[in-house]
Amino acid sequence: MIKEVELNDLETHAKNIRREILTMSYNAQSAHTGGALSCVEILVALYFKILQIDPLKPLDADRDRLIFSKAHDAKALYAVLAEKGFFAKGLLEGYEKTGGKLPGHSTRNCVPGVEVSAGSLGHGLSMAAGVAYAGKMDNKSYKTFAVLSDGECDEGSTWEAALWSGHHKLENLTAVVDYNKLQGFGLTKDVLDLEPFADKWTAFGWCVEEVDGHNMEDLVSLFSSTPFKSDKPSIIIAHTIKGKGGIPKYENEMSSQYYPPTKEEFEEIMENLR
Amino acid sequence: MRKAFINSLTTISENDNRVMLLTGDLGFSVFENYREKFLDRFINMGVAEINMTGVAAGLAMSGKVPFIYSIIPFVTMRNYEQIRNDLCYQDVNVKIVGVGAGFSYGPYGHTHHGLEDIAILRVLPNITIFSPSDSVEVGFCMKKAMEIDGPVYIRLSRAEEKSLYENDGELMVGKGSVLKKGNDVVIFSTGALVHTALAVSGELAKKGIEATIVSVHTLKPFHIETAETLIKEKKYVITIEEHSVIGGLGSIIAEVIADAGLSVPLVRIGVPDRFTKEIGNQDHMRDVNGLSVDRIMRRIEELGLFT
Repeated sequence: MIKEVELNDLETHAKNIRREILTMSYNAQSAHTGGALSCVEILVALYFKILQIDPLKPLDADRDRLIFSKAHDAKALYAVLAEKGFFAKGLLEGYEKTGGKLPGHSTRNCVPGVEVSAGSLGHGLSMAAGVAYAGKMDNKSYKTFAVLSDGECDEGSTWEAALWSGHHKLENLTAVVDYNKLQGFGLTKDVLDLEPFADKWTAFGWCVEEVDGHNMEDLVSLFSSTPFKSDKPSIIIAHTIKGKGGIPKYENEMSSQYYPPTKEEFEEIMENLR
Repeated sequence: MRKAFINSLTTISENDNRVMLLTGDLGFSVFENYREKFLDRFINMGVAEINMTGVAAGLAMSGKVPFIYSIIPFVTMRNYEQIRNDLCYQDVNVKIVGVGAGFSYGPYGHTHHGLEDIAILRVLPNITIFSPSDSVEVGFCMKKAMEIDGPVYIRLSRAEEKSLYENDGELMVGKGSVLKKGNDVVIFSTGALVHTALAVSGELAKKGIEATIVSVHTLKPFHIETAETLIKEKKYVITIEEHSVIGGLGSIIAEVIADAGLSVPLVRIGVPDRFTKEIGNQDHMRDVNGLSVDRIMRRIEELGLFT
């Protein structure tokens, strides 16, 4: 059980990160804000409670690895890494800016803590599986986590990686799907239905748990109990809300994928997130 | 060449425990001994080349040196975006080994032919491309691939070509090997067709034309000055390759000539820009695509280059 004071800390981090995400979105007039907002609790739980990492030693051989496959939502990753102390928060101003350091899709080592270059969907799980496999070969105790979008579960490559990870019983690998149920141009159930989603992963040899992806306590508790089984990779289907905690026009709206906040909306949300 | 490859990989693996072999469910009668010897470093990835490439990137990020192996189209095209993003963009230490250069799998049909790989891979930053012509060059390319901390592609033909060298002492990455010197014409070739180029030079000699023959074992990086020196003062330049006439060695040499402002006629001999409708063994497929010694000689004669 997580203590209330710790829970409050995590919620404060989440609020800070939402502020940074919306600030980046507003300053860069960027897209991909809804999916960044939907994975905030997932990343906060991992970076502040679960991952064995040292921001001062970002390439430590024994560190836990987080492979951020839904790299179009890089704003969330950057904000969490900065909040965790991997780099100065001032660098966030360079998000999608000419001369800045932070590309719209997170790129390996663009700043300390970004493990892989991604952005084309469906690449991350294979890389995470390779990292996990190497860890087992070398008897390392590090864990590997992969954060996926629901949209990239359309990609055949994701399922090649799922099949392979299940076959090789990569218990040191945990995937999390930010299942906000909205993808690029429609609802996942209308575009390419993933359901029965959990059954698919089970059939591919994974141990599946589902969770409210905005419930910090449940997320921490689930992550803490990985691997769910000693001989299977773990997957957490996190039911989330696209645009969660952002401006009113965002929640559960596809427009949150594309539109940055207006000046008025931005000022209002910053006030609310104080 | 596959035997030379696996022999070389075996030696390398004995000396370096980071080395791994990942195969896309190929290697029957070639990889059994390797698998037995390096059980924990051999993975049959299944028929899933995209995942194989991504997994290799993850392994490389964790200190391994994976060699990924399949037939050329499957290990360069099916997984092309993984090569671009996961391997080249991230500049990770993965070696791609494609078997079946050109029409090695002649009668199998175009799905199995390796005719566009050089064109599509050489546009990618950070990659090194080797195209050996015999077992000595294979050994050399493998040795150099291990010295390079980044993505490397090694293009292998399927047949066991006879050796052109006693050892690899003179070979240098990026610089073609001059196998024979002649003052009239320079012929650049790569891979198995280097042997054809040597035969062509024999035919040309009968007509009093002396050819320099260069085996271009490294297509990228490509040392421009070396090629320029070989081209200068020749009456003609000829390229011979078992690859589309678009984008391969002929294009590389055309770029060198254009960039250096040389005014020397270039004859690019490669596979014409079409799918071959008929089927046949490698020799037949080469012949109908103008790559046999006879067809190359006829082409040169028709062009009237030496009359």
